[in-house]
Formats: sequence, structure tokens, C-alpha cells
Amino acid sequence: MARMAKKAAPAAPTGEPLFTGRDWDFPLLSKVYGAIEEIADNELKLDIYPNQIEVITSEQMLDAYASTGMPLFYKHWSFGKHFVRNETLYRKGWQGLAYEIVINSSPCIVYIMEENSATMQTLVLAHAAFGHNHFFKNNYCFKQWTDATSILDYLAFAKNYVATCEDRYGQEMVEQVLDAAHALMSHGVHRYPGKHAVDLKSEQRRMEERRAFAEEHFSDLWRTLPKSPDGPKRDMDAERRRQLLGLPEENILYFLEKNAPRLAGWQRELIRIVRQIAQYFYPQRQTKVMNEGCATFTHYRLMTRLHEQGRITDGAYMEFLHSHTSVVFQPEYDDQRYGGINPYALGFAMMEDIERIALTPTQEDRAFFPDFAGCGDAYGVLRNAWENYRDESFVLQFLSPNVIRKQKLFRLIDDSEEDDIVVASIHDEHGYKAVRQSLSRQFDVGRQDPDIQVADVDLAGDRKLILHHNVVDGVTLDGKDAAKVLHHLANLWGYDVKLLEIEDGHTVAAHDGSPSRAFR
Amino acid sequence: MHIIDRRPDPGGKSLANRQRFMRRARALVKQAVREASGSRKIREIDGGGAVTIPADDVHEPSFHAGRDGGMRDYVLPGNKKFVSGDRIQRPRQGSGSGSEGSADGEGEDNFRFVLSRDEFLDLFLEDLELPNLAKRQVMGDAVEKRHPAGFKTSGPPASLSVGRTMRRSLSRRIALKRPNPVELDRLRRELFELETSSGDGARIAMLRAEIERQERRAKVIPFIDPVDLRYRRIEVTPEPIARAAMFCLMDVSASMDEHMKDLAKRFFSLLYLFLTRRYKQVEIVFIRHTHEAKEVDEETFFHSRESGGTVISSALIEMARIAKQRFPPDQWNIYAAQASDGDNLSSDNARSVALLRETILPMAQYYAYLQVGRGDFDREDGVFARQETTLWRAYQELVRPNLPMAMRKVNDRRDIYPVFRELFERRDEPAET
Repeated sequence: MARMAKKAAPAAPTGEPLFTGRDWDFPLLSKVYGAIEEIADNELKLDIYPNQIEVITSEQMLDAYASTGMPLFYKHWSFGKHFVRNETLYRKGWQGLAYEIVINSSPCIVYIMEENSATMQTLVLAHAAFGHNHFFKNNYCFKQWTDATSILDYLAFAKNYVATCEDRYGQEMVEQVLDAAHALMSHGVHRYPGKHAVDLKSEQRRMEERRAFAEEHFSDLWRTLPKSPDGPKRDMDAERRRQLLGLPEENILYFLEKNAPRLAGWQRELIRIVRQIAQYFYPQRQTKVMNEGCATFTHYRLMTRLHEQGRITDGAYMEFLHSHTSVVFQPEYDDQRYGGINPYALGFAMMEDIERIALTPTQEDRAFFPDFAGCGDAYGVLRNAWENYRDESFVLQFLSPNVIRKQKLFRLIDDSEEDDIVVASIHDEHGYKAVRQSLSRQFDVGRQDPDIQVADVDLAGDRKLILHHNVVDGVTLDGKDAAKVLHHLANLWGYDVKLLEIEDGHTVAAHDGSPSRAFR
Repeated sequence: MHIIDRRPDPGGKSLANRQRFMRRARALVKQAVREASGSRKIREIDGGGAVTIPADDVHEPSFHAGRDGGMRDYVLPGNKKFVSGDRIQRPRQGSGSGSEGSADGEGEDNFRFVLSRDEFLDLFLEDLELPNLAKRQVMGDAVEKRHPAGFKTSGPPASLSVGRTMRRSLSRRIALKRPNPVELDRLRRELFELETSSGDGARIAMLRAEIERQERRAKVIPFIDPVDLRYRRIEVTPEPIARAAMFCLMDVSASMDEHMKDLAKRFFSLLYLFLTRRYKQVEIVFIRHTHEAKEVDEETFFHSRESGGTVISSALIEMARIAKQRFPPDQWNIYAAQASDGDNLSSDNARSVALLRETILPMAQYYAYLQVGRGDFDREDGVFARQETTLWRAYQELVRPNLPMAMRKVNDRRDIYPVFRELFERRDEPAET
């Protein structure tokens, strides 16, 4: 309620402006940081890792781009490729550089560019050092899958290990393994926390429970059942084999690391490194909208409060609004600039709307969000959302009719068996839920990546590895790329591999791969 | 909160990655460089600059959904006129709203590499060499090779050999029994002790005398004497080098149309570029001929026009004359490249062949004949194979293994570079047709 009062009648500006020109220096950064921190602590109640702010040049920003922003990374040609691409785009003026890069680590590393004006530095600090930082520290995906305190150490280890392997076995050999592992990177993550190995005590207890159960339910009648010939017995073998190999397994890299018969120890370790890094980035893929939305909402609130307090001038606030609006700009689908849904725009719009619903809900909002409509504690609701959702569930839970109307979202169904594309739902009463559901699925990483699992291995025969792709809605794999990836996979496995695309029990497509130069 | 200034950190963190990428893409870049030469103007071949390689070949594959087939369901922003149930015609393949495509896989265009002139030419001329560059000989102004040859007693301070000087100094000091400073020190200490304890007077006197004698001796026998000094001796021997002369013979007669002249000039400019870049010691002689031949300078050769009849032998005679006058074959490696459309005066063919066989080929290391054709003609493998020119047939009779002669045909600008490579590719066995 206190918030509402503040919002309704902003206190007369009391503070001195932190800066007036566009120049900044290190003491000013500290001062700005202090001012932001005060608001973040007292009003938004953000909980962040300690920050480490690093000032870099545009050249260094390009370097950082190449290695996915990480301050240290092992060497691989693909990073050079990204570097060359970004450099070309940047030099030709087709693409500006990011104002900042932030790394999910503790301390949280924030790169800021020296070219930024004082206003931009303030914005960047609010956005990255507070918004992203809070999200990294609190969101359950990050908590579950990443260890912020040790990632830099791990990267240092990885870089060192790869370099050592290159010295010992040659760049080309290392490159072969890394190329293959990179191709499978999207299928090298655990999507669910694994089972813990059972300790002896609980194992014993379980055995006893089972025996007790068997004794209790003993019936001599079962003994008299006729045994079926052969068939089931062979199935038992297959079952047992799959069980021993831990199949089916959707983490292909994990499976290869543990089971590929012809890999040397160092090659397994390289696969493990790629796998660990894929796992580290997995939460970021799951939370694009939320992560950017959280940071954008946070910077917007913080900057506005600073302006209300008179800590930044009207001119600086206008400069901020200019870049803020271009960040949250969502081109429409028929616009030339359209390149998918802008996660900044969607995230920001939804979070602003959550705040509105919490403070001044309409009748419709009360019907859609009975849990928190009008509860008054907007930041509390937001903090809860930031902590416990990812894009898919966040959209499903919080996308309000108001946002759907504002963005004029509509849902298309494109069935290749029909001649036309059908407009299934639009922003009307009948459409809200369908649009919301469809958009939520669109952000589901589990649906974006095809569901491919290692299904079986022909251990008794030619050791062919068999993978299944569970086809959803008839969308099959891109055949050209699949063949290339299978080739890499076959190289790692050491023998032939086969990928079956299965829909409703029918094989709709099959791809094969053979090793060209199996590692040994 | 800490603020760290990273700006002074050494840059180029991605350099190693960029180099790896270049290495991986090297074959592609090389190909792109070579293809670029076909489309460039003659003057620009020597320019460096950007080449484009297809992104396809440095593509990183992954499992992902294909573009078509199946049922897709997606949400777009910015509805203007649709109501639910509307049917929209499917946009044509490749264009259209294409939201799915851009949402999951970012599009990749081709890569542009900006190469420096040196990088460009290095890739361009890789693996080329003049065949059979065999005759080597010591020349007056030839390259000199310097190698160490013992020591001498005088020389500039820069060539003083400290090790050798000190060794001689040490042996002299030992031979002349220069007092050892450690020994002298010991005597002084003993004297000092005796004096402070006022001990044996005779011993003191003896010590004093001995110390004085030794000090005098140390002064007389210097630590380093001018006789110790030794300087490194460098001997200079002339290095036999291979000198080569390349004769460029170009037909500029009226039968050569613009296209053919362009081909010939392209060929020679590649040759010129290759020779000036790779060999310091190559003389290039430009001869152009119609019914008469003339030696001209580079500028005239490439850029001026002339026309007339065709007498090939005139160029061969001119070449033989110049070679005899300026490049005696026992001292020079002689190369020749001839470009013509093959339309020779028919009575001249026998003469040309005889000249080649008897005069030119015996003195030449390699003779390359390039026949330029009209671009619009069917290739020789076409349905109606073009009849060979008389000159081509005459030359073909001449060609046999172990004769340093090669002949090729070029009809199109695109073929110039591959043919050029074939003619001058590094190889182990002697050139054959």
C-alpha cells in the first residue's frame, strides 16, 4: 500500500543529480551504484550476488561475444567464426554492440563499455548488476542447474585441460572430438535431476519391504501358470541390456561419455566439458523472456525512481527512455524488422501488467488471476514469479488478456496437409486461453529441441546404436543436418548409428550414420 | 562491489580462435581467391581485398526440426484484420512471415574475409614454381653467404669474442704466474693478524716484502693484455644462384579478337605477378609479334594495341636473338611462354617448329604454349569438335616425353587460372604434356 501512495504522488525531487554531462569516471560509477542499491534494497527488495563491474573497450566486447560472453573459454574455431561474423556486422554498421554482458557467477561479473554515456552506465548497472543478478541468484532453474560460485574455476579448468590435450594429442584430434560434441550440445543436458545412488541402508530396507510384501501376498496359484515359450525370455534380455546401459537416455553426450566403447579417457573428459557447459547455459535458454523481462522491469523501475528522487536529470531520463523504448520495441509480424517475439518486450509488458493487476485490477483480471489481483504487494508477486517460473510456465500462468490485446497476439495453425494456414485464435474472449497455451508451448525448450533418445544398442551384433526421435505433430528433422550430426555421433560411438523418427508407433523416417574416422 | 578497469588488458583474446577458423576455412578461402581472379579486372588481380566463402562449409550442424511438413502452431504479434477461422494463403517457400524459421535457427549468410594483398597473393600463388630451375652459377654481383671461420687478432669491437679472449687471458696469467688475489688476500690477513698481536718480527718483514713483490707483479702483468684479444672471423663466399629469363611471346595479330587478347593478357599478367613475387632473380622479356616481332616494355606489352598478319617464327627468331645476346644459355635458365590463337601463316608452321626444335627447346628449361580460343566456341568435347589449328597440330607432333614443352587451350576467362596452375604447378617429375 505504501507503494501505491508513492506512485500516486511522487515525492518532490529532493536529491542532487548524480551527474549532469555524459562523461563518467570511476568515483561516479560507485556513487551511481550506491544510489541504485539503496532503491533496490529498500523498495524492490532484490537479493543479489556481490557485483564485479569490469570496464572494457568495444574491441574487448567483440572478443567477449566470441566466447559466449565468458571471460575465459577453451579455444575452438567456431568461436573464431562467430568473432568474424560479429566483427563484420559491427564494422559495417549493421549491428551495434551490446551495452553490457553479464555472467551468472558469484561474484556476478558485469562488463560495461567505456563508450557508454553516464546515463547508459546507470541504466546498464540497474539492468545487469541488479536485474539479471537478482534473477540468476533466485530463479529455481539456475539454482538447480548451475553453481555460480564455481563456474569460473570450472572454465579455467576446461580451458587448461583442452590446451593440455592439444599439446599432447594435437589440435586436430581435439578439434574432432569438440566438433562432434558441439553438434550434440543441445542433446547433452539433463532435463530432470537424476536419481541419487541408493545408500546401503535404504537398499536393505527396501529389500526387506519387498520380501515382506512377497510373503504377505504369496499365492501358490501363480506357480501353476504355464510358462510361455521363448518370446518373453528374449524380451527380458533386451530389457536387461537397456537397463544396464541406463536406456532410454535423452542426454546423448552423457550416454557417450559413459558408454562409448572406443573413447580414450581424455576424450570422455572433453565430452564432459562440453556437456557441463551446455548444462550451465541450459537455464538461460529456458528463461529468455523472464530473465530479460526481469532485468528490463528492474532497470525501468530503478531509473524512474532515481528520476523521481531527482538523482538523474530530465535530459538523462529522456536519453534513458529513448534506449528503453527501442529495447522493448516489438515489430509486428508483417514488419520487415520482425524477427520473432522480442523477449525484452514480452517480459517487460507482462511484468508491468502483473504490477498493474496487483495494484489496480479490473474485473477481468480478478477472474483470470484470483490469487493476486489487487493484493497490493506487486513486488512480492513479481519476486515470487522470478523465483519459481521459467518462460513456459510463466507465460502459461501470467499472460493476461490485457497484454494479449495490447500486443494483438494471434495464433496460426499451419498444417502441411491443408492448403491454407488457419487463424485459430485472436485476442478475443474465446482466444485468450488458446493463445496463451500456444505461446507457452512456443517457449518450451523441451519442445523446441526435438525429443531424441538413445533407445538401444545391438550389443550382440554389430554394436549399432539406435536412437529414436519421438515426432510430435508430424514435424520431422532437417535431414541434411541430421545426417551430419549422426556422422559426428558415429565417430564418437565408433560404430554405425541409426536414427528412427517415430510417430504413433510408426517409423516415418530413418537416418543412418557411419564412422569415417573412429577415435581410438 | 568492485570496479575493475579491463581496458589496458592485452587485446586479441579471440585471435587464436580466429586463426583456427582461418586454418579451417583455408581451403575454402583459397578456392574463393582463385575464383575471384576470374572475375576481376587484370589490374585488380594484384589487389587483395575481400573474398566471400559460403557459410555452408563451416556450418555447425545440430538436430533441429525441418522447415516443412507436419502441423505447426505459433503465435505472432500485431494482428490487424484477422478473426478466428480466417484462412490465409500459405506464403511462397522461402519468403513470407517465416516466424518459425527465424525463431529457432538464425539464418546464416556467406562469410566475407578481408584479406591483405600479401595474404591474397600467398594463397593465390601457393604451390607454383618455375620447373627445372637447374643451372646455378657464381655471379659477379651474386648473393654472398657469410659463415664463421675461426678467429683473428684484430677487428671491430662488435665482433670481439669474449669467451675466446678470456680463455687466452687466463692461460697467459697462469703461464706468467700472475699473483692470485685470493692468495694475496690471505697474506694480507696474516700480516694484519701478526701486526695486531705484535708477533714474530721476521715473519712480518718477510710477509711485507712478499706482499709488495706480488702487488708489483700484479701491476706488471695485466688482467687482459692486447695480445689476448680475439675477434670472430667471418668468411664471405659467393653463393651460386640460379638466374632465369622468362620470354613472354604474345600474338597481337588481327586474327586475335578482343576476347582472345584479354585471355592472353590475363595469362601474362598472372605470369608476371607470379614471377615478380616469387623470384628476385628473374628477368622478363616481353616480345609481341604480328608478322614481325619486337621487344617491348611491360607497359606497351600489356596496354598498347597493334595489328597485322601472323608469323610466329618472327617471335621465335627474336627470342633466339635476344637470348644469344643477353642471356647465354650456359648461364641462364631460359623459360618461354607463348600465347596465340594458332592462326599462323601456313607456310610458317614448318619453320616455327624447326626453330623450336633446333634452337629454342635445346636451350630452354621449359616452354609453355597457350592457345586462346573464342569463348563462344564449343569446347573440344562438344558434338562438333572444332578442328585443331595448324599450329596446334604442328606443335603437337613436336611434343614428346622428356621434352620441356607443354601446351594448353583456353577458351574462357574462368579457365585461365586453372590452366596457369597446371602449367606452373610444383611437381617432381619433369614437365610433360
